[in-house]
Amino acid sequence: MQRREFLKGVGIAALSSGVPLASIPSAWAQAADTLVIAIGSTINSLDLHRPGTNRPSYMVTVNVYDRLVRFATKALPDGSLNFDYNTLEGELAESWQIAPDGMSVVFKLKPDVKFWDGAPITAEDVRWSLERAIALGGFPATQMKAGGLEKADQFEVVDESSIRVKFLRKSKLTLPDLAVPVPFIINSKIAKSKATAQDPWAAEYLHRNPAGSGAYKVERWDPGQQIVFVRNEEWKAGPLPAIRRIVLREVPSQATRRALIERGDIGMAFELPPKDAKEISEKKSAVVVGAPIANCMHVLNTNLNFEPFKDKRVRQAIAYAIPYQQIFEQGAYGRGLPMWGGKSFTPTDIAWPQPSPYSTDYGKAKELLSQTEFKNGFEVPLSFDLGTADWAESTALIIQEGLAKIGVKTTIDKVPGANWRTMALVDKKLPLHLENFGGWLDTPCYYFLWAYAKGNLFNSSNYSDAEMEQLITETLPMEMSDPAYAPKIRRMIAKAFDEVPRIPLWQPSLESGLRKDVQGYSSWYHRQPELRTMKIVKG
Amino acid sequence: MALGVKSRLILSRLAQALPALAGIVVVTFILTRALPGDPAAYFAGPAADARSIAQIREQLGLDRPLPVQFFSYVTDLLQGDLGRSISTGQPVAEALMQRLPASLELTLFALLLSALIAIPLGVAAARRPDSWVDQSCRLLVTAGVSLPTFFTGLLLVYVFYFILGWAPPPLGRLDLVYISPPQVTGFFTIDALLDRDFATFRAALAQLVLPAMTLALFTLAPIARMTRASMIQALGSEFIRTARASGLSERKIVYTYAFRNAMLPVVTTLGMVFSFMLGANVLVEKVFAWPGIGSFAVEALVVSDYAAVQGFVLAMAVLFVLLNLLIDVVYTLADPRVGMEG
Repeated sequence: MQRREFLKGVGIAALSSGVPLASIPSAWAQAADTLVIAIGSTINSLDLHRPGTNRPSYMVTVNVYDRLVRFATKALPDGSLNFDYNTLEGELAESWQIAPDGMSVVFKLKPDVKFWDGAPITAEDVRWSLERAIALGGFPATQMKAGGLEKADQFEVVDESSIRVKFLRKSKLTLPDLAVPVPFIINSKIAKSKATAQDPWAAEYLHRNPAGSGAYKVERWDPGQQIVFVRNEEWKAGPLPAIRRIVLREVPSQATRRALIERGDIGMAFELPPKDAKEISEKKSAVVVGAPIANCMHVLNTNLNFEPFKDKRVRQAIAYAIPYQQIFEQGAYGRGLPMWGGKSFTPTDIAWPQPSPYSTDYGKAKELLSQTEFKNGFEVPLSFDLGTADWAESTALIIQEGLAKIGVKTTIDKVPGANWRTMALVDKKLPLHLENFGGWLDTPCYYFLWAYAKGNLFNSSNYSDAEMEQLITETLPMEMSDPAYAPKIRRMIAKAFDEVPRIPLWQPSLESGLRKDVQGYSSWYHRQPELRTMKIVKG
Repeated sequence: MALGVKSRLILSRLAQALPALAGIVVVTFILTRALPGDPAAYFAGPAADARSIAQIREQLGLDRPLPVQFFSYVTDLLQGDLGRSISTGQPVAEALMQRLPASLELTLFALLLSALIAIPLGVAAARRPDSWVDQSCRLLVTAGVSLPTFFTGLLLVYVFYFILGWAPPPLGRLDLVYISPPQVTGFFTIDALLDRDFATFRAALAQLVLPAMTLALFTLAPIARMTRASMIQALGSEFIRTARASGLSERKIVYTYAFRNAMLPVVTTLGMVFSFMLGANVLVEKVFAWPGIGSFAVEALVVSDYAAVQGFVLAMAVLFVLLNLLIDVVYTLADPRVGMEG
């Protein structure tokens, strides 16, 4: 009794000290046209531009805000929906016109698009939002820069409904880069009214209060628990979504998410681990949807700053000593696409990712190793990010067995999240490690830029090669239809195969479980759920 | 007179806690800084370069010398500001105030459940040591403590939710069809009762049952074993022999004389079990999507979220100081000698 009194006291103290408490919701939960989605991670901000906003929070931006343009959706032969990197369609923009000199583009806004508060979307809103994506720094600025969008004066208001984007240099990545989640359009009048001298971009306000025009509005956000989206009935930038209300509940335990979707108490379990995806699709207790992630591979990285891996033959020996098939079956549970056993060291096409020419061949591995000064083997730690343990742990164990057969002794080193970034990507000091970079812009040169150019974040192998740098710089802005493009890319792929700083294992799939009455799932390079196409079918 | 003694006891206890709290403030500050991760690199996100990481470091104030950071932390703390979590962007105090009641409700309910089972079990075992009652008590508590909580939790979810469908979906504190009651204590069950909303009360209680059972199973052992040991001691002591010799009823002997005396170490154990349960909550919270303080702390630790970790440790420290105080007070109620000596 006393204890209860005491606790009651604590609660009352909380109230009287003026701590704002969660608001009381409306009767949303009763509605039948509500889709409940379980997600495994936490949404930590409603503003992608804010420093510290994590990856799962991008799903808010994707569904709540509009951009000038978006990638189209196409149906694959198996009937599933996928984004189409090669087709841009207008979201807020009705049309766009590239200048005759090819050094700028003018976007004309759709006449009937409005923000949630009813204010028309103007070119000034667009200009302000694009400038903000650069000005707040961090990841958004880097992503903008990848498309050649670096300076505020590149964005220029032409008139009330037209905006010009000037190019610093011609690049095929500029327009697609305007379709990624980063350059979303904010209601600048609301944002400016909330800005302060210390916070000129209203990061503080927009962090909790989105101000946009998107198909869904945030009805309620309980950080660490759930976010509730409600349809914007006035949305004109695309076909009105079918589902009126969407509840994203954070359910950290994989096993619980699986139980929930198999029982049908939720409509979707987003991002199933490969094991669950395999078992649920065999049991047919829910519908498993998804596709291999574009421009993404799980790889084993050798770090060229460390002694045994400075020798190309050692890296090749490692690549021949990996039990690929076993990893694909026991680490990936067969979900995704194999990225080994390719036909030749000189590729014939520029598809990326494509299988490497390596396959499991311990004889060849031993022979290569015997040509080097490490013929008696060596010891090396094999590291992976604990956050990716659902595939990396079993994969690391199988690699350990394989490498032991050629005398390379590995000790497994699990690195927790915050340390991983610093150790693997920033300081680049892990000799041998598993990595899973995927490029948002779906071109081979873009992948190579991040993963094979000296100093870039995902080049955790410390690979450095003058010819490769040169090829990346040349191909990055070049149109893919340019006749010079394909030969250069083939050369890059051939170099990557031969020198093999990154050893491809497989291309992972992003899969989710759907209740049988839920449809319209589409797969996206940004690995977030696209809710605007989803629907619940009756009966 | 008694009241004066008691309030003096409370005041001196609180005064004793101050140096400990000050020490905790210093130690958590240094420990969080000693964590190997670099929050700036982490929060700069994918595709960051050295410049954007430096930018973030400056925004977070992590480029300042440590003594300066410490000074501003303490200044804020004295004003009741626990800082802002960089990962959630929420004030730490607000997050703790939302999550602490969730953890406390679960822990207290589990403790109550555990005590209701373990204490009678311990008493029964003590009255006939090494009988079948004692042996089965031993078996139950050993099994309970040997199973890791996430396993028990998943097993209960599997049986009672997945197979039998008796339990509601393990989706946190309330099923989706209910709305949270107006907040008074932060305990959904109590708040729903205060609001006279019995449907929500039942729903909140239903969500509590499985996670509380999981935690209770894990904590039966210390309570039952301690009850048994101290009951055996009490039943063997001279005043019980005297009471028996005086022809008092067995009921009066066991429950009035032996049990009350045996309760003192059990109260201490309950306090320990409670603090230990708050820590052990993390895995249970994960399995049942319970928005408690344990998962908050683990998330914060993983991303080197300094303010959140410091706030959590400090809140726990304060909680433990209050808890110990409470136990001391309960002690004086159960044992008149403690109050007199003070």
